[in-house]
Amino acid sequence: MKEDQKGVVCEVSAGSSLKNRLLSMGIYPGREITKLSHFALRGPVAIRVGRSVLAIGHGMAGKITLEVV
Amino acid sequence: MKKIFLLGNPNVGKSVVFSRLTGVRVIASNYPGTTIEVDKGYLKVATDQFEVVDLPGTYSLEPTSKAEEVAVRLLKENSKEDITVINIVDATNLERNLYLTLQLIEEGYSVIVCLNMCDDTKHRGINIDVDKLEKLLTVPVISTCAVTGVGIKFLIQRLKEAKLNARKELSHQQRWQEIGEIVESVQQLTHRHHNLREILEDASIRPFTGMLISVLVIFTSFKVVRFIGEWLITNICDPFFLNYYQPVLEKLSLSLGREGFWHHLLIGDLINGGIDFKQSLGVLTTAPYIEFAMVLPYIVSFYFILSILEDVGFIPRLAMLLDNLLHRLGLHGFAIIPVLLGFGCNVPGILSTRILESKRERFIASTLISIGIPCVPLQAMIFGILGKISGFYVAGVYLVLFSIWLVLGSILNRTLKGYSPEFLVEIPPYRLPPLSVLFHKLFFRIKAFIFEAAPVVLLGVLLVNLFLTFGLFNLITNIFSPIVKGLFGLPKEAVVALAIGFFRKEVAVGLLMPLGLNVKQLFIASVLLAVSFPCIATFVVLLRELGLRGVIKATAIMAATAIIVGTILNFGIRY
Repeated sequence: MKEDQKGVVCEVSAGSSLKNRLLSMGIYPGREITKLSHFALRGPVAIRVGRSVLAIGHGMAGKITLEVV
Repeated sequence: MKKIFLLGNPNVGKSVVFSRLTGVRVIASNYPGTTIEVDKGYLKVATDQFEVVDLPGTYSLEPTSKAEEVAVRLLKENSKEDITVINIVDATNLERNLYLTLQLIEEGYSVIVCLNMCDDTKHRGINIDVDKLEKLLTVPVISTCAVTGVGIKFLIQRLKEAKLNARKELSHQQRWQEIGEIVESVQQLTHRHHNLREILEDASIRPFTGMLISVLVIFTSFKVVRFIGEWLITNICDPFFLNYYQPVLEKLSLSLGREGFWHHLLIGDLINGGIDFKQSLGVLTTAPYIEFAMVLPYIVSFYFILSILEDVGFIPRLAMLLDNLLHRLGLHGFAIIPVLLGFGCNVPGILSTRILESKRERFIASTLISIGIPCVPLQAMIFGILGKISGFYVAGVYLVLFSIWLVLGSILNRTLKGYSPEFLVEIPPYRLPPLSVLFHKLFFRIKAFIFEAAPVVLLGVLLVNLFLTFGLFNLITNIFSPIVKGLFGLPKEAVVALAIGFFRKEVAVGLLMPLGLNVKQLFIASVLLAVSFPCIATFVVLLRELGLRGVIKATAIMAATAIIVGTILNFGIRY
């Protein structure tokens, strides 16, 4: 996914605690999010969900499957 | 007594509302997780007295970090009849905030919603229909701007309207769906062009521009801290001590007969026939000078800059940039917050490791902070002594400490069991803090320093003098002199200084000053003071946060590091 691209969350394939945590922050299947940037060498990814900006670790971001719009 | 709980997502301004309601000052900043402990205060409405409890922020009623756990546990400990929950909601981010709101209402608490940061919505082109929101949520909604105090009165007036709720419990998916519908009907957005603030917000989370901005910000901060500190010392503190305080002390010294037990205790030794604030070592001479003319100026300048960085919202962005590096040390980006606070004083630094999720992370962060992060008092003294000789040596001390960080962190990361969770944090928008808020916070921190540190320093110097008079140090000096003299190349009297470092670091450096050390010895002693055991206050917090076993482990690591590093510096480097 490239910078400034939007996508709809298809699946969050993580344990239930992480799933809940992401859910409470607004990341759940069906939600549209925008990727803002990512850092080299498996660094974190910045995304926009609704009106908030979240920074997500690389591995965690990898567990979120998106469909690019 | 009835209780009021302040509950809300992280970084929505709970602590500001708390200060407004109770008049109790607490530290508030622009990053999630400022409040790690529970603050309590009291509010009187007409004849009723309420206990107000400020809780750490949480995204939902299912906690994910130690700080969130505290919030949820405290809430659930009380019966629902006894408490009113003020749910503080960030108006600029209604959607995400309402998740917790709905959960609270579903659970049946008496909820009153405080729609905070209403001043910010206008700049951002958001318009919220408060009455409609109130109807849809079926609980009172009051819009406020806690930083300036707007709306707090109404909030207090309407407190009694909060009633126990009963609403059917929804699944997560349904809850988000309902929130979507609510937001759709109460919130209007007007499209605006990007302004400078948004451009900066964007630029600071992109790798290249973000790095550039961070380097610039940190470099400037460092320079400004030094500049303000130096300025205060040369223009205010030194003139005061030399022109006004010294003549008084000289008279006292004369009347005490210029020698004897009391003279030694209060004034200390005369250097070249007069009082030397840096070397006399008396309770009335060196102790106040260290505290108020060498350390306090830097406390003021450091916390001034730190408060600005905190309130503007820069720190979470720095966390994102450093995530990668910190990952290699078994931490993640957010650990930069305890580290930065640790540069002020290790105690709040270690306390704030609670924002990290796993025990392993908290152990690594606490150990690394107590070893490799010198607090302001110690740094001020290092500046005062080594900086006089050459800034090159000061930079050297930081370089050595940073290398220790990297090496020790990697070792801990590889050897400790368990894994460290990943980075997941909200990046707040940039905000311009009102100056009054900034100064209140600065004042609060300076006051804490004066009342907590100054008495300990006086006591420390007093004890040192008593011990020296009665020769009580001879024993430890002799026991440890092989290590200190043989391995570190320091005179055996330095043992006393290192031991006193356990009490307070600035006193320890104060004790080094009269020893007439050469540059190499000063350099080694400075590094050792930072690396060896932290002061007793830090130990107490470590014990509380890590438990006895954790502290023993951490202490062993500290001792080993100090011995290895001291030896390497002594034998490995030519000066």
